[in-house]
Amino acid sequence: MCLAFSGGFERNSMDRWLLDTQGLNRFFGGLHAVRDLDLRVAEGHILALIGPNGAGKTTTLNIIAGALKPGSGAVRFQGRPITGWKPHAIAALGIARTFQTTRLFPRMTVAENVQVGRHIRSRAGFLAGMFNLPRTWKEERAIRDSALAILEKLDLAEHAETPAGNLSFGRQRRVEFARALAMEPSLLLLDEPAAGLNIYETGELARLITQIRDWGITVVIVEHDMSLVMEISDVVVVLHEGSILAQGKPAEIQKDSEVIRIYLGEDHA
Amino acid sequence: MRFRRYAPIAGLVLFVIALQLALSATGRTYYFTQITMSVYYSLVALGLCLLMGYAGQISLGHAGFFAIGGYTAAFLTTHNLAASGGAVRLLRPLGLLVDRQDLYGNAVVSLSPWLALAIALAITTAVALLVGLPVIRLRGHYLAMATLGFGLIIYRVVLGTPGLGEADGFSDVPPFRLFGWLEVNGRKPFAAQNYYIAWTWVAMVMLLGANLVRSRAGRALRAIHESEEAADALGINVARYKLTVFVLSAWLAALAGVFAAHYRGGIGPSEATAFKSIRYVAIVAAGGMTNLWGALTMGVLLNFLSLRGVFGSYDDAVFGAILIAIMLFAPDGLVRVPRLFRRIRKKLDGSLVA
Repeated sequence: MCLAFSGGFERNSMDRWLLDTQGLNRFFGGLHAVRDLDLRVAEGHILALIGPNGAGKTTTLNIIAGALKPGSGAVRFQGRPITGWKPHAIAALGIARTFQTTRLFPRMTVAENVQVGRHIRSRAGFLAGMFNLPRTWKEERAIRDSALAILEKLDLAEHAETPAGNLSFGRQRRVEFARALAMEPSLLLLDEPAAGLNIYETGELARLITQIRDWGITVVIVEHDMSLVMEISDVVVVLHEGSILAQGKPAEIQKDSEVIRIYLGEDHA
Repeated sequence: MRFRRYAPIAGLVLFVIALQLALSATGRTYYFTQITMSVYYSLVALGLCLLMGYAGQISLGHAGFFAIGGYTAAFLTTHNLAASGGAVRLLRPLGLLVDRQDLYGNAVVSLSPWLALAIALAITTAVALLVGLPVIRLRGHYLAMATLGFGLIIYRVVLGTPGLGEADGFSDVPPFRLFGWLEVNGRKPFAAQNYYIAWTWVAMVMLLGANLVRSRAGRALRAIHESEEAADALGINVARYKLTVFVLSAWLAALAGVFAAHYRGGIGPSEATAFKSIRYVAIVAAGGMTNLWGALTMGVLLNFLSLRGVFGSYDDAVFGAILIAIMLFAPDGLVRVPRLFRRIRKKLDGSLVA
């Protein structure tokens, strides 16, 4: 029993957050986009950030990913402060992300896109690349193999040699997922992954995201599609004007009268 | 896979040998000089192709790096150290000095070309970092601006410094003895071996380049070219990659400058002009940007024509025109002919309809 150790419970409750923020603030000119935000993400969960436009969801995501610097406050990943780190340094810790508008490398093949996703899990630099010594091509083969394995898992293997820009919109988004998963992340940040997808593709996306969680990857998702959010999330956090209005299980959020008034509207009641 | 990568380089070697045999057999050995110089200029284009085509950064100052290489080599290997006894006592036991006689039979002691080469590359590195570091973090074409400024400065410096020969430059650069009977030397008996020395550099760069663009680092560069934001989010240190490839391409330009200076026995300010920098950009564009083979083909071809005087007094204008025409009609370059024709036809159709 951890309670037998003095302070043990306390520390455990701190340590179980894979990611947490303390007093996060961010201004854009006069707009207070993120306001004293204390966000806590438990390992193994799908956490959805919802809220009306301008509630600070994407800003929060960008601060966590390092694409934006917070005005004040702190971000910790696995208990370690990462506030103000560069995106590539944060990515190297195993935090992957997708973008609101898919950002693939359109002229590179699908396979190459996913191979770039292996960047943080491989080492060869310029010299190794130029001289292509045995150790380098062994690593290169490992990169190709694991990229292909991920493509197979996501039913993209048949498109491996297609330039990513030639794929349909829905498939491009899938490739972006494959590329992020190639990083073997422990945390995946998704910025409106269902935007622009049809009902069928959204259903596939829901299955994919729950599958990703079952692979042991924690997911933070910013999303407007409420049926998707309520279907897959373990925790829903409602943001309003940059701070947390409510958080809890989907069923609790759907019943919260304040949330219904401000955001969900009548048809979700 | 591996065959597809190395077969073209084997083809290049065969072509180079065949060309040499054909020129020698038909007594056209006077072409060797211009081909050799074209090949050195192509080395600059290859470096620039890595920078522009693969990392998406533009340099309008690569003639400046060529000049840094050439002028450093020229200055250090012609500067007489006989009067500075300390340097001679220090360097002589290390084998870093070369004794010669000048035109009038006076003894001259100067630095070994190997040491000069090393110093030239060191200076190039320092200058490239100085120019690149402040701007390479920024997105957009700040590197183009910075290198344009840098190129203009180098031009004025070599033109205005008495120790660098001002408008005349250097014309007494000694040959560079590589090893044994192999030397970078513009005199006639050395023509054939210098043709091969220059092509050897190119073959090596093509080999290493072909490996690089298919490696982890090469993929990272292309990723940066396509979306810096996404590359960053995948853990690629964008600024460091861009800086590394910038320095690498500056090295190639400086290396070409060093060898060209020894080969031609001199270097002048015309090598450092903005026109020359733009010429390299035009060559890379004509070669199809993301295409090392295109840059090589166009580099050798266009420089050869230019050195043969085909473009007459409109030399620089021709390269400017090539650049504009490529941008308008053939963003994929001139080496992919079928695609080029399709594109031009589409353009013409479009303008007829409109």
